[in-house]
Amino acid sequence: MHALRVYARLLVAGVRRQSSYPLATLAGLVANATFGLLKTGILLAAVGSAGGTLAGYDVGTMSAYVWLSQGLLGSVNLWGGSDMMQRIRSGDVAIDFLRPVDVQGAAIATDVGKGLFALLPRGLPSVLIGVLAVGVTMPATPGPYVLGVFSVLVGITVSHALVYLLAVTGFWLVETRGVTVLYMSVSGLFAGLFTPVWLFPDWLRTAAEATPFPSMMMYPIDVLTGRVTGADAVGVVGVQLAWLAGVLLLGHVLTRAGRRTLEVQGG
Amino acid sequence: MADALARLAPYRAVLASRVRSQRSYRANFVLDLVGAVLIGLMEFTEIWVLFHAVDGIGGFTFAQILLVFGIADLTFSLADLVVGHCDSLPTYVRAGTLDVFFLRPQPVLLQLITSDISLRRLARATVGLGALVAGLVINDIAWDARSVALLAIALVCGVVMFASVFVTAAGLQFFLVNGAEMTNAFVYGGRYAATQPASVWPKAVVVVFGFVFPMAFAAYLPVTALLGLPGAPWLPSWLGWCAPLAAAWSVTLALLCWRWGVRHYRGAGG
Repeated sequence: MHALRVYARLLVAGVRRQSSYPLATLAGLVANATFGLLKTGILLAAVGSAGGTLAGYDVGTMSAYVWLSQGLLGSVNLWGGSDMMQRIRSGDVAIDFLRPVDVQGAAIATDVGKGLFALLPRGLPSVLIGVLAVGVTMPATPGPYVLGVFSVLVGITVSHALVYLLAVTGFWLVETRGVTVLYMSVSGLFAGLFTPVWLFPDWLRTAAEATPFPSMMMYPIDVLTGRVTGADAVGVVGVQLAWLAGVLLLGHVLTRAGRRTLEVQGG
Repeated sequence: MADALARLAPYRAVLASRVRSQRSYRANFVLDLVGAVLIGLMEFTEIWVLFHAVDGIGGFTFAQILLVFGIADLTFSLADLVVGHCDSLPTYVRAGTLDVFFLRPQPVLLQLITSDISLRRLARATVGLGALVAGLVINDIAWDARSVALLAIALVCGVVMFASVFVTAAGLQFFLVNGAEMTNAFVYGGRYAATQPASVWPKAVVVVFGFVFPMAFAAYLPVTALLGLPGAPWLPSWLGWCAPLAAAWSVTLALLCWRWGVRHYRGAGG
């Protein structure tokens, strides 16, 4: 119980940290909206040239996809960098290991806190811009929203747990630029940032589904927009949870192993 | 002439040292190059997926958009190579590096440009170059003086326009230190817009990326003129020949923003 309270505090601290830069938040929103309008233009034109429906998307549901994905952009980490990565490179992580909390849990809780806060000033306004400027089709029943909110939470956590994995490779690699770039190059495409994964040709979609990336953004949007419902939706959330468990476990193992190889120079 | 060369000497020395320093960590350098190419390929895949799913978008086939993507991506990468790091001005401001630039007897903008040339960005340009060459081969282009001139104009003006956008962003970042992400809207948003057929844009986007930051002039309009395609509402294809005007406007906007920003700058203290 006590341990949970510590993580809750760290989560709140992450929220606080993010809320102290209002200009940064506004800037993010402007960039989000611009990309959203550009994505809307090309994707709705694609739906139009397919004759009104494309891979099950019509104008309203495609627009919902665009603006929800833009809204999640500030909360889901698609670029791969993190504070933890800096702390491992600088050796500050040695101090983290002395603290009476789990290093992995603390790092992920703080990042998830930042991500959750971003939903308020960045996520919801992005969706609102989409609703007002373009119009979106969303489900009329409460079910998809209840499960969808949970799915979004899991998606955000999967992304930060995955980025934590990149950070701990720094115990061995020191220079983590390469893995970050590698992550960045596939995350956007496979998470379904620019086009829904369901528009991919079969082989590419299969490749995407074999990675945790769709769990970060594509699946939560599918659940939230009611593209998958009922037992299927529960199944999708189950897949997300399985990825989360796997990524967390791997992170735990790597943290323990990395702790033994950690060498901090200087004194 | 000799005088001009002598004045360039310090810049040449600085640039040569940057190139040497990047090649000294070989493994990381190779990984960096591979990563840069991979990012370019993924951006290309995003467009391919969309045009693979339907026959054509906004009056463009995949072969035709290949040409738009090639010109836009190549010119953006080249501009990024030269001035891309100006985008990290807030980092220089926070670290106080910028204050040092003001003390030296050289223009601040030129110092900023030569402060960091990343070779990985050159690798990134190969993706755009590949797409451009493929686009030129598979499209049915009547090769005469007119089309060669149009292509040359498009490439030169594209680099100038994107470089101007980076400098505009740097100028505005003097005001937006913590809100630097706002300039991403027209720097990276502009790059994204330049790879699209402008015919799919809503009116508001046409105003912003057709005229204020004239991204439609970087690739879309020259390609419509080159292939004899109809343009978009407000953007007729003959405007493809007006890319130099758009480039001149971009440069003006960039220099105004830069001067405005530098005058506003009061140092970070310390």
